[in-house]
Amino acid sequence: MLEAIDLQCTRGERTLFSGLDFRLRGGELLRIAGANGSGKTSLLRLLCGLLAPAGGSVRWHGEDIRRLREEYWGRLVYIGHANAIKDDLTAAENLAIACALGGHRVAAGALRSALDQLGIGGSEHRPARVLSQGQRRRVALARLALSEHSPLWILDEPFTALDARAVDIVQEMIASHVARGAAVVYTTHVELEIAVAVALRIDLGAAAV
Amino acid sequence: MSSGINWFKFSSPASFYPLAKKLAVGFGTLAVVFCAVGLYIGFFMAPTDHQQGESYRIIFIHVPAAWMSMFIYLVMAFWAGMGLAFNTRLSGMMASALAPTGAMFTFIALWTGSLWGKPTWGTWWVWDARLTSELILLFLYFGFLALQAAIDDPRRADRAGAVLALVGVVNVPIIYFSVKWWNTLHQGASVSLSSAPTMATTMLIGMLVMVFGFWFYSIAAVLMRARCIMLERERNSEWAAQYLESGA
Amino acid sequence: MLETAVFVIRRDLLLAMRRRSDVLTVLLFFVIVVSLFPLGVGPEPALLRTIAPGVIWVAALLASMLALSRVFAQDYADGTLEQMLLSASPLSVIVAGKVLAHWLMTGLPLVLLAPVLALQFDVPQNFLGELMLSLLLGTPALSLIGTIGAALTLGLRGGGALVALLVLPLYIPVLIIGAGALDAAAAGLGAGAHLLLLGAFLVMAAAFAPWVAAVALRIALE
Repeated sequence: MLEAIDLQCTRGERTLFSGLDFRLRGGELLRIAGANGSGKTSLLRLLCGLLAPAGGSVRWHGEDIRRLREEYWGRLVYIGHANAIKDDLTAAENLAIACALGGHRVAAGALRSALDQLGIGGSEHRPARVLSQGQRRRVALARLALSEHSPLWILDEPFTALDARAVDIVQEMIASHVARGAAVVYTTHVELEIAVAVALRIDLGAAAV
Repeated sequence: MSSGINWFKFSSPASFYPLAKKLAVGFGTLAVVFCAVGLYIGFFMAPTDHQQGESYRIIFIHVPAAWMSMFIYLVMAFWAGMGLAFNTRLSGMMASALAPTGAMFTFIALWTGSLWGKPTWGTWWVWDARLTSELILLFLYFGFLALQAAIDDPRRADRAGAVLALVGVVNVPIIYFSVKWWNTLHQGASVSLSSAPTMATTMLIGMLVMVFGFWFYSIAAVLMRARCIMLERERNSEWAAQYLESGA
Repeated sequence: MLETAVFVIRRDLLLAMRRRSDVLTVLLFFVIVVSLFPLGVGPEPALLRTIAPGVIWVAALLASMLALSRVFAQDYADGTLEQMLLSASPLSVIVAGKVLAHWLMTGLPLVLLAPVLALQFDVPQNFLGELMLSLLLGTPALSLIGTIGAALTLGLRGGGALVALLVLPLYIPVLIIGAGALDAAAAGLGAGAHLLLLGAFLVMAAAFAPWVAAVALRIALE
């Protein structure tokens, strides 16, 4: 499904990594590990197609994602470092926008249950301005509860700012998504075991100089 | 390839760099010779104009500079388009190297135009269609230079500059015709440049020689600048390290 | 596809309604700049009548430019823009939606307010229609072209001044034709030709600008 071939990434003058190859099938979980500055986020952005590789290619079912474009993006769910949350909108509105940009309309009831699942059902109609960092992260991650149809999740540090209970919930969501036969790529600093059949790991090592 | 030369070889900086030096020296020499001959023809051999006296001689610099200013913008847009389409490193460097030369010729064209305007029209500046378009062209060059200067990452600078240059090149004819139209609607103080008397053959030759001189100068200056940009951007690469070590 | 555009327009309008002061700032800027000219050149009605089209057009141009940085800045800062780049709908459609919403908030109010300001300049009342029509066709074109500049300068230092440098030269045809429409009407020639040209310019800008801005956004976010 998702395949990286001889992938190389440079930022400015630094080469973050090169010659990176991997293949990720449905039902597999891939964790990207590495020190700060080793290029974890850059790798995820490469896999999304936000960044053009300095060499090599990323393929989805054998086709270069830079040619597939919208066709690939319609399948993909990416939760980045930034939460993409607007202060002036309510939690429910923010979630609805995230889903609509991803290409599917969601009913109000589904929004509510997704927020409930992340434990912020009560804040549904409050503007995001009054939410804490952890709560904002939960709103962003609530999109996952509405993205069971997506065959590929790419998550950049999903556990930052979350409390222990929320970490458990998100871990559980990832595990059951992988069990459904989808692929998940994520980065994290937190050492934790997500219970899945196939867990792969790529270590980018120390920061590039 | 039937010619037996691999042109794509020279689209990589490592092989272009030494070639550029030889070319720059060659074209630089030609530029000096042509400009010297052209100026000699313009200032000593061409006959005095019966209407404008000696002051008309400034067109030997003004007209070639104005031509170059527009032509270089086109070349810049061409390289920009190549860079966006084929993602070659050299294209962006060429576009960046062309911009300062283009801006310089635009400025020379404006400056000499104003020097010519004072004795001829009795004023330093006239909102003539050509002068106005030339001024706007200068703004376009400034925009390109400012955008590239504001971006630290050379790759983004190249690509963003390329988009701007292409948008600019599409707009140049629109700007020119709208300015011309505006000018005809506001016919008042302006005197048309096109009423110049028929040109003597020596004048024409002088002008052509100057055009070639400016051409060669541009090529030499752009190649030299491209070399600097290249070395700066690729200072960590193998070929640049070798080059610096050899102390050439 | 169209659904996404409509959605983006509604979202941006909703955001603007929750932050009305931003919209008002641009409008007030327009009013103040126009009102400064009589103070600068003197209250002579004949002179004011002559400069009115140019003044109103230049002020509209500056006001719409002032608002440009907001088209993408917020979405860029909070990560929404990244999601837009990864949307299942083409980015150019989303950009087109954003430009339209932007124009509805910053351009349309200028068009509606312009006749009132024109009266300050003693512009004959039978030309007010031409003034509004020219602005109605011209200001969306300004927003469209400006969006390219906003996308190119996203996240750069000195963004505001830089946008001006990039975008103002490209605005010149719109300024010439737009302000010319009024002059032509005043000269008894009729503004028809000018308005047609403005319309053609708008169609061209609408066809290409969102697409170019989308390319520029992808470059900016790399």
